[in-house]
Amino acid sequence: MMGKVNTKSSTDTDLLNLGLDTLMEKYPYLKDFFSALEIDPCPGQKTPAMLIESLSLDHLSQFGLDHESLSAQVLEFIATMEQCRHKIHGSMDHLVIGAGFDKNGCPEAMGITLFPGEVVSVVGPTGSGKSQLLSDIECLAQGDTPSGRKVLPDGKTLDAQSRFSGEFRLVAQLSQNMNFVMDLTVEAFLQMHAESRLIDNIPGKIERIYQSAVMLAGEPFFLDTAITSLSGGQSRALMIADVAYLSASPVVLIDEIENAGIDRVKAVSLLLNKEKIVLIATHDPLLALSCDRRIVIKNGGIADVVKTLAAEKKSAACLADLDKKLGLLRERVRKGQHLIFDQNFFSDHL
Amino acid sequence: MNQLKKSDSSIRLVTVAGPPSSGKTSLILHTAAVLLEQGLRIGIIKFDCLTGDDHKRYECAGLPVKKGLAGGLCPDHFFIANIEACVQWAIDQGFDLLISESAGLCNRCSPHIKGVLAVCVIDHLSGVHTPRKIGPMLKNADLVVLTKGDIVSQAEREVFAFRVRQANAKAAVLPVNGLTGQGALLAAGHFKTAPAVASLNGMRLRFTMPAALCSYCLGETKIGPDSQIGNVKTMDFT
Repeated sequence: MMGKVNTKSSTDTDLLNLGLDTLMEKYPYLKDFFSALEIDPCPGQKTPAMLIESLSLDHLSQFGLDHESLSAQVLEFIATMEQCRHKIHGSMDHLVIGAGFDKNGCPEAMGITLFPGEVVSVVGPTGSGKSQLLSDIECLAQGDTPSGRKVLPDGKTLDAQSRFSGEFRLVAQLSQNMNFVMDLTVEAFLQMHAESRLIDNIPGKIERIYQSAVMLAGEPFFLDTAITSLSGGQSRALMIADVAYLSASPVVLIDEIENAGIDRVKAVSLLLNKEKIVLIATHDPLLALSCDRRIVIKNGGIADVVKTLAAEKKSAACLADLDKKLGLLRERVRKGQHLIFDQNFFSDHL
Repeated sequence: MNQLKKSDSSIRLVTVAGPPSSGKTSLILHTAAVLLEQGLRIGIIKFDCLTGDDHKRYECAGLPVKKGLAGGLCPDHFFIANIEACVQWAIDQGFDLLISESAGLCNRCSPHIKGVLAVCVIDHLSGVHTPRKIGPMLKNADLVVLTKGDIVSQAEREVFAFRVRQANAKAAVLPVNGLTGQGALLAAGHFKTAPAVASLNGMRLRFTMPAALCSYCLGETKIGPDSQIGNVKTMDFT
């Protein structure tokens, strides 16, 4: 049945009668759970059941709980977290996008199958329907969106429960409109994200993300910099590095990063190395040519899928050269220097 | 569509709650648009404290709406005293679905009823600690909708969703973009399969309402121990 939720099997209630220490070791995230409820998890109580029993109703009522509902919540929480932890290891072999219809209701020219480690650009004029395609992928369309497309992980229909519960997050997004809003340092922010992913070796991960982000941004920042005070380019770089290393989603949708002031080609290759499917909506020729294929959208439908030719890859090298030279000019602007150059500046080899 | 049939004397009911400006109205408008397209007849009840113009947005969208203003009363108490009449109005009108929207002003509110689909709306901008602060409105919801995700980073979305699951592990958690409606399709899947009710009489709230009935409830404005009579709680400074 559509929209049916809450059918998760309940965890064994015996968990509540296990030793508290054993349980904390096995499910370390419980510490955070209890501290959110201002409960000291190590008060000398032997079992969670006893710990819960020892709490006053007054204390619990602050959080809208009573003894019974707290017990139930602890069990549900463990069950959900274990499910999350389990899912992290799940991966996708390929993603099928079954053809639907364009804005006039005519069948689109084709669907497309995407593979991890592949970067595909989505091109087309403004208003042509690029966002609808990205949105179809995000909600795992089953012929029920305006486009009538079907999005099938591994070619299979996802069961309604996984789709409607929002548990299966296929897509991570990066767009020009996104900002950091948390009042945290880079380190604390990455720490918090890593904790929510229930992963091991958090300090190592943080260091790697930080290094990658600095590399992409080209202008250094520090682990104790507040994320809200990062420049546009630094923020974007940190978001990309974070998605590459910490996001569980196998698909990354990128919307317009051309103006972000970061090394776009490096950013894309960083995501690719993580065995993700990367989709980029772009008008930038350099970015488009760094992709293996281009999905061409016209009037709401996929009109064509263009493979990047070997000759185009050569052209891309010229473009990269040009891009570097523009970068040099940008650097001169930054330093307050004069910009005097002629045609030769662009035709000469660096 | 057989599963969507219900008897003429009952109606599917959804209670939508969330802090002010979290995007409740936008969520409902986008979700209703999906369902109207599928042929459902939908009525809206908008509970508010003071005046609001949100009902006009519903009217513009062609949705029949009734507005309930709590005025000087606790909005939750006002809600529960009126929701049954709303249900009967909606049944009389022949609607398939009634959506009740109420603002959880003190984050303590929880208009959720056992056996009625309970939706909580929170926005990503409200901060990562919000899921811990909101209380029963979030903890007792069946569906938690996260709005304004388009302007925060992916990482913050993931942390936020995680925190929501910490507070309520059993609810479905869906991101919906209140501006574009992206995600409303999945929310609509929940709305249209909400349990149908013929009457709320005898049914129960999922959580008690904030207690009241002190002298200030009854219009007292003067400050001081002589004026505070009734159900009064004082802070402990020891």
